[in-house]
Amino acid sequence: MSTMTIDKSGPTRKVKYGSMSRDRTWALRWSYFFLILFAIFSLTPPLYMLITSLKSSAEISAATNPWWVYHPTLSNYIELLTSNQFLRFFWNSAWVSIIVVTITMLISVPAAFALARMKFWGSATLATGVFLTYLIPDSLLFIPLFKMFAVFGDWTGIQLVNRWYVLLFIYPTLTVPFCTWIMIGYFASIPKELDEAAIIDGASWFQTLTRIFIPVALPGLIAATIFAFTVSWAQFLYPLVFTTSTDQLVLPVGIITTLIKGDVFNWGQIMTGALLGAAPPLIIYAFLMDYYIAGLTAGATKG
Amino acid sequence: MADVSLRKVVKRYDEVEAVRGIDLDIADHEFVVLVGPSGCGKSTTLRMIAGLEDISDGDIMIGGDVVNDVPPKDRDIAMVFQNYALYPHMTVAENMSFGLRLKNYPKAEIKSRVTEAARMLDITDLIDRKPKQLSGGQRQRVAMGRAIVRNPKVFLFDEPLSNLDAKLRVQMRIEIKKVHQKVRTTTVYVTHDQVEAMTLADRVVVMNHGRIEQIGTPNELYHKPATRFVASFIGSPAMNFVPCRLEDVGGKLNVRLTDRLAFALPPARAARYQSLSRTDRLLLGIRPEHVMEARPHAGPGVEPFDAVLDVTEPMGMETLVYFTLEGSQVCGRVSPNAGAQDGSPLRLAVDLNNMHLLNEVTGAVL
Repeated sequence: MSTMTIDKSGPTRKVKYGSMSRDRTWALRWSYFFLILFAIFSLTPPLYMLITSLKSSAEISAATNPWWVYHPTLSNYIELLTSNQFLRFFWNSAWVSIIVVTITMLISVPAAFALARMKFWGSATLATGVFLTYLIPDSLLFIPLFKMFAVFGDWTGIQLVNRWYVLLFIYPTLTVPFCTWIMIGYFASIPKELDEAAIIDGASWFQTLTRIFIPVALPGLIAATIFAFTVSWAQFLYPLVFTTSTDQLVLPVGIITTLIKGDVFNWGQIMTGALLGAAPPLIIYAFLMDYYIAGLTAGATKG
Repeated sequence: MADVSLRKVVKRYDEVEAVRGIDLDIADHEFVVLVGPSGCGKSTTLRMIAGLEDISDGDIMIGGDVVNDVPPKDRDIAMVFQNYALYPHMTVAENMSFGLRLKNYPKAEIKSRVTEAARMLDITDLIDRKPKQLSGGQRQRVAMGRAIVRNPKVFLFDEPLSNLDAKLRVQMRIEIKKVHQKVRTTTVYVTHDQVEAMTLADRVVVMNHGRIEQIGTPNELYHKPATRFVASFIGSPAMNFVPCRLEDVGGKLNVRLTDRLAFALPPARAARYQSLSRTDRLLLGIRPEHVMEARPHAGPGVEPFDAVLDVTEPMGMETLVYFTLEGSQVCGRVSPNAGAQDGSPLRLAVDLNNMHLLNEVTGAVL
């Protein structure tokens, strides 16, 4: 691109092209500016966590430059990773999340298929209802839910409160509606002729779901899986309310309740625990992002 | 292989009747095309045969058995869709064999059937590709292959060529005809394109407003249309219709188009129309190829007249000429050497041996 764009005879064609690409350059500059701003904004807290996690308690309380580690140490990591309690939280979180994801998928995929494809009386209303359920905030639900499980325990003698597996009943109330909603959208975008072709080919509804819909809607399925995993891994309010014994806690609550003793904040370990806790979702995102983006529906119909 | 019969088949959507009681018998091995404008009920009819739509009333029989409540998979039919509906995550071979695999056919049999169908459709090289790696024409071949390997009783085609460009459409049309000559499976084919209907069909079923207007071979429909709708729908450019009435002049029967223009009917036609009322409002129906340039030694029934051309369309082997008669636009086909020019007068002739007379009110061909 030449820098000399205007001569005395006025703008020429070349100038026009030049100015267009100049617009583009500016657009790029602005987008980079905001992208970098956004990256700084969202990456600063984790960076601060990383720095703090590498400091000893003494260095943290010594009020040195908070952005620099003078005596790096892995003691926080070693202490947490060798602590049975921390590993217990980790396992609890992992079990809860994996089982919740499984339960969610087993419920929401067939539900979405039914709501998207098997037109039955009230299916549209039901689909909207599913989404509205998701809009009710959990901070509004936890007291009645707690009461429900307490009463259930009184009546049946089966105590679910303060057991990690109570979360398996509670988290799906958050994940199932949303995942069903996502999957309805994905399934609805699959051309109707595709299931008609499958039905004529001799597939049952179940075979249509497992052999056509699930493979074709795989990006959506993965998006829903990521969502369900993230929600159950990061959920704080419900486990805080429903579990109290230290051996029943999941990671986010465990870190807060065991590493803050009275008014003493063990910042180094809190930061380390939070960083280690963020690792599994990160790894899963990294692996599934490609699938998430790839559009598998291309070529199904005339496209 | 089987015959297909429809008995007083009705499809209602709430208050709307999409198909209003149609009767149709399709013989074994026959290639029948349902044709009509959009919304005429042809696709609905096909989908009812497939079992994708419930039947509101009447009976559908395949191979003599009433299939009203038989699910699609048990009707032993195969369907080719307008948008191909290939399974995007499967290769061509997997797409074609899906139905057979569901029915647990032995692997060797599946393989031989797929190979045979692929060879017939000339897609052997594409067998391991995914649908998105194929062109439109190739996808349509795969969709046909998926139908062929099933070796069903009936093939159903729902506007299979509508998504292809004009040149490919002609090519695939011939391809479909060839396939039918080889496999001889009873075929029901839906299209809105009358050229496709004429070229492919053993018999054409013309539908309009949920009813069958006429059933016949392509030639019957072209030369002996039963209604104004069929007469105007079949053939391109469409048949001309000019308001007219009959009058007796000196013992002969004339058809009068305008105050100044009237033609004496040839004897065969005169005998046929003799009994008609002279006061009825009629339409003269005449195909463009029967309006041509006047020649010196014209045969009986070919009547010359003068016209001022509005527009001419040179097509190469012929020139289409358009002029106005009594407020109706008329199209004629003349030789490229006839000297037809926009806005200039030309002496034309009409071949009344091939005329039709229609009742202007009812649209019936008389």
